[in-house]
Order: sequence, then C-alpha cells, then structure tokens
Amino acid sequence: METRRVYLDHNATTPLHPEVERVIMENLGTFGNPSSMHSFGRPARKLVEEARERTAGLIGASAGELIFVGSGSEANNTVLSITGCQRTECHCVSDARRQGIVTTRIEHPCVLESAKCMGQQGVPVAFLDVDRTGRIDLGQVAELVTGETRLVSVMLANNEIGTIQDIASVARLAHERGALMHTDAVQAVGKIPVDVKALDVDFLTISAHKLYGPKGVGALYVREGVPFCPMIRGGHQERGRRAGTENTLGIVAMGKAVEMRMLEMAAEEPRLLDLKALLRAGLVERIPDIHFNGHPTESLPNTLNVSFEGAEGEAIMLYLDLAGIAVSTGSACASGSLDPSHVLLAAQLTPEQAHGSVRISMGRGTTREDIDYFIAQAPPIIERIRAMSTAYGRRV
Amino acid sequence: MASSGDWVYSEVVKEHFMNLKNILWGDEKFDFDGRGEVGNVKCGDQMVLFIKVDDDKGVITDCRWKTYGCASAIASTSILSEAVKGMTLKEAFNISPKDIAAKLGGLPENKIHCSVLGDKALRAAINDYYQRQGLKEMVVEEKARLVCQCMNVTDHEIEEAVLEGARTYLQLQEATKLGTVCGQCEAEARRLLDWYTEQHFK
Repeated sequence: METRRVYLDHNATTPLHPEVERVIMENLGTFGNPSSMHSFGRPARKLVEEARERTAGLIGASAGELIFVGSGSEANNTVLSITGCQRTECHCVSDARRQGIVTTRIEHPCVLESAKCMGQQGVPVAFLDVDRTGRIDLGQVAELVTGETRLVSVMLANNEIGTIQDIASVARLAHERGALMHTDAVQAVGKIPVDVKALDVDFLTISAHKLYGPKGVGALYVREGVPFCPMIRGGHQERGRRAGTENTLGIVAMGKAVEMRMLEMAAEEPRLLDLKALLRAGLVERIPDIHFNGHPTESLPNTLNVSFEGAEGEAIMLYLDLAGIAVSTGSACASGSLDPSHVLLAAQLTPEQAHGSVRISMGRGTTREDIDYFIAQAPPIIERIRAMSTAYGRRV
Repeated sequence: MASSGDWVYSEVVKEHFMNLKNILWGDEKFDFDGRGEVGNVKCGDQMVLFIKVDDDKGVITDCRWKTYGCASAIASTSILSEAVKGMTLKEAFNISPKDIAAKLGGLPENKIHCSVLGDKALRAAINDYYQRQGLKEMVVEEKARLVCQCMNVTDHEIEEAVLEGARTYLQLQEATKLGTVCGQCEAEARRLLDWYTEQHFK
C-alpha cells in the first residue's frame, strides 16, 4: 500500500504552481535570445519584460529597479560584495571611510559566508544578536551602525523559525547614519505582503522556487539611484547589472508564479494561521516536554519550529519520512556538520534543544487532513525515540 | 519511505532503523555485567551499551543499548549489538567501525563519525566488565598519545579530525593546528592521517 505523502517543507522549496507548469510547457519553444533584435529574439524580450513588470509589482517596485538573477544566494552575494569594491574607477560605492557591514547572526549562510569573506578582505563586519524569539534589538542596531557602516543586511523573515523583523525601523536607523539597507526577503515574499517603499530598503532579495516558481531564478531589487556594482560582468543584460543571457523560461515562470501569489496569498494567510494553531494545539495536547521556537506573533503564517526534549532531530525527521511526512531539522546530524543550527543557537536554545528541533513549513497545498495526519503520526514516533533515548526519562 | 525511490541510507540501515535490535526500551531493566557510555547530548549523540557475559567462557551472551543519536548511530549500534552476541570479549574488543559500516552496506562519509560511537561504547563496556571482575590487568585503556608537542595534539584528536573530514596534511593542520610551530611531528602526523583514513574510509 502506498503511504500517504505529506510535504511540510515549503521553506526548503515549493512545488511548481500548476499555472506555472502550464506556462513553462507553453513557452518551451521560445528559444530566441532576448537580446536579439530579430523576430526570434523579440518575443523572448517581451516575455522577460512582462515578468519583470509583474515581479516588481508584487513588491511595489518599478520594473527598472528589478534585476533577474540565478538564485537568492546570488542576489545576496552580489549585495554583500558591493561594499568591498575598492576599484578607484568604479562609480559604485568605493568609499574608503565607509566600508563596514552590519548583519545578524541568523542570516542564511549565503549572507553570513559573504560577510565573513568581506571581513577577510579587511571590511569591518558586525553581527546583531537576537533574543529568544529570534528578533534583533533596535538599540543594538543604533549602536553597531555607525558613520563607517556602508551596508546593513537583515533578513525579513527567518527560514528556520519564521521570525519576522521590523525592517522599516532598521532601515530608518541605517539611513539616518548614511548606510544602505538590504533585506533578504526570500522567505517572506509570496508568504506575506512585502512592499519596498513601506520597508524603505535599498536592496531586496527574492527567490522564485520559494513561491511556487522554478529553481535557478530569483530577483534583486535595487532602488533607483542607489550605487550598484555587478558581480557577474561582461554583458549588457539587465542594464549591465548582471551579465549572462537571461534564463527566459525561468523568468517567465517566475512572473507567472508571482501573478498567482498576488491572486492567492491574501486568502491563504488566515487559512495557514488556522492550520498552524491547530497543529500547535495538537502537538501540545499529545506530546509532553516540547517547546516552540520563534516569535509567537511576528512570524511567518506557514512556519512552526518545535523542539522535542530528549529526541534527536535527524532520527525524528527520518522516522517521519518513513511515514511519508517531509520536514526539516536543526540537528547537526542532518546538515553533515557537527554543529546544530546557528539560528537556534543564536536564539539561545541549548545545543540539546537545537539538535531536537523540527521545522514544519506549510504551503498552498497543505490541508486540514495533512495536519491531522501529522498530529496522528508524530506522537508515537517521538515516544519511540524517547524510549530508546539516553537523554529522556530515567538515567540508565 | 513512501516513494519507491532509494532512501538516504542503505536498505540495511533502513531495516535496522525500522526494526531496532536489542534496544533497552524506556524504563526496562537489564541485569548487566558491563556498562559503557560515550558521547554527550550536547554534541548530538550519546550511547549507553550493556553486556552480559558468560564468565567461564569469556563470551558475550547478550547486549543491550540506548542512544540519543541519528539514524546511522542507531542502525550501526543495532547491528553491532547483534554481531557481538556469541563473540569472545577479545573478538568483540577488536571490532572496528569499518566492519560495522561494511555490514550496513556502507555509510556516507560524514556519517562515519556517528557510527563509531557504538563500538567505542562496546569497548568501554568490556573494560567496565573487567573492572567489575577485578581483572584490572585486562583493561585496555585507550590512552591518548601526544604527537605534536608544541600544540599539544594527540593521536585521538588526529583521528577525530579525520572522522570530521580532514584528508590532507593541510586540512589536518587547519583542524588541529599540529605541526605549526617546530614541525618535527609532520612525518608521524602524516602516517597517522593515512592510518586513520585507511581505518575508517578505505
């Protein structure tokens, strides 16, 4: 008998929206280079620009402010590398007195590693702490962002615990001190309303595969008039800001995914919040010694992160997998490294709590039945793992 | 798994993961002759292993265990606990993690680290048995030996670095800082690097 399959890992990636699938199939034959002026190139150009309009529209930007890139990681790497540009002929942001980066301890590794790399090149890098709910402290922002800071990069919503930051307030503090503001909004765009004007950011990162589009395409918003320096050079594409022939099919698909988000997102949010409340209550009722990670209210509607005392995360995740349920864990064992999630440790969880954490991230296809199935399957699994555990109950 | 596709580990690992052998469930009591405990919860893996021994024959008659750990730690200890039954203490003491990994149909490189816990706990349990029997002379202490005098690095730390992925002398230096002062230990460190790589991964 085929086991029921329940996908609760939407923060890792999402399935293609059926409409996106349709648009991809429809346009498989559109092979012309968007840069070509002939009859093969022109329709491709038209598709790319339509997608740009749509994607910009989702975040309240104008089309000219949007650059298509290969991934959210690429967009974040690009922004972080700007501050380090020290070429004297470059008109970007080369300012020897103003190079510093301020970011948080809970960013995605593509931001953290880029920041670390800039640090090794001599750029001063400072990290904002987070409290137990995963929120940064504006007082510390005011303290760490100085006249030497070039860029402040704070993620809008966290991928592991779903905590949402008050980006508008951070941006105000950054701008008061003359710094540029970037937010990695990969987990937020498509899940909650995001508006670049309201957030007052200079750069914002989007990824298509987190919002029911395909892998390998994303977008970077660069506010009009803000200095910019490309990371991939050698082409006039994207107005000279990102060289390389456009991923036409991916961009078209992203445009469609965005269009569908604009239609579906508003109704989805209360539905997911209800499911999350149901899931939370169901787990509390049936499993002792658990606690929830992240912010109780300032959080993505689809994300619930929970730690099970005395149970190791990879084992939980794989037993759930055998029951057809897909989730993620902050355990070291699942990452291949020996350290548990940096996000959970930054949020002051003990290593044990971090090793025993599971992230449940719902999506547009998640149903009440899926959540009921999870609530039915999880308790015996946790009980079993705890019964074999050296770290739960009586010492042996 | 729900789909027919292959699982993250081998079928044997999956089989043991689903049907654990010799685990000591919950508050179940076990009248043991030797107890070994290694690892700690902070690092994400901990193992407690118990043996029952036929004193006259020096043979392990039963083996039970508990763990806080990932699937490969669970599966490797499950298979180990089956394998040691009927073995002499000496045979059991010399089981290598490589033998266990082979029985499991192989483990991913980054999981070898987890699978060594079971046999470490087993050796600790055997030593504990000797202690309890008053056979102190039989106890084989896994004493660490200093390799790099300048940076105070032992052979155990070199083994740990290999398990965590160091494959070249440079990576070993990055992980342990050995040989970064006088450099006299380089030849010995290179020999141990090859030895532990051979032991665990070849």
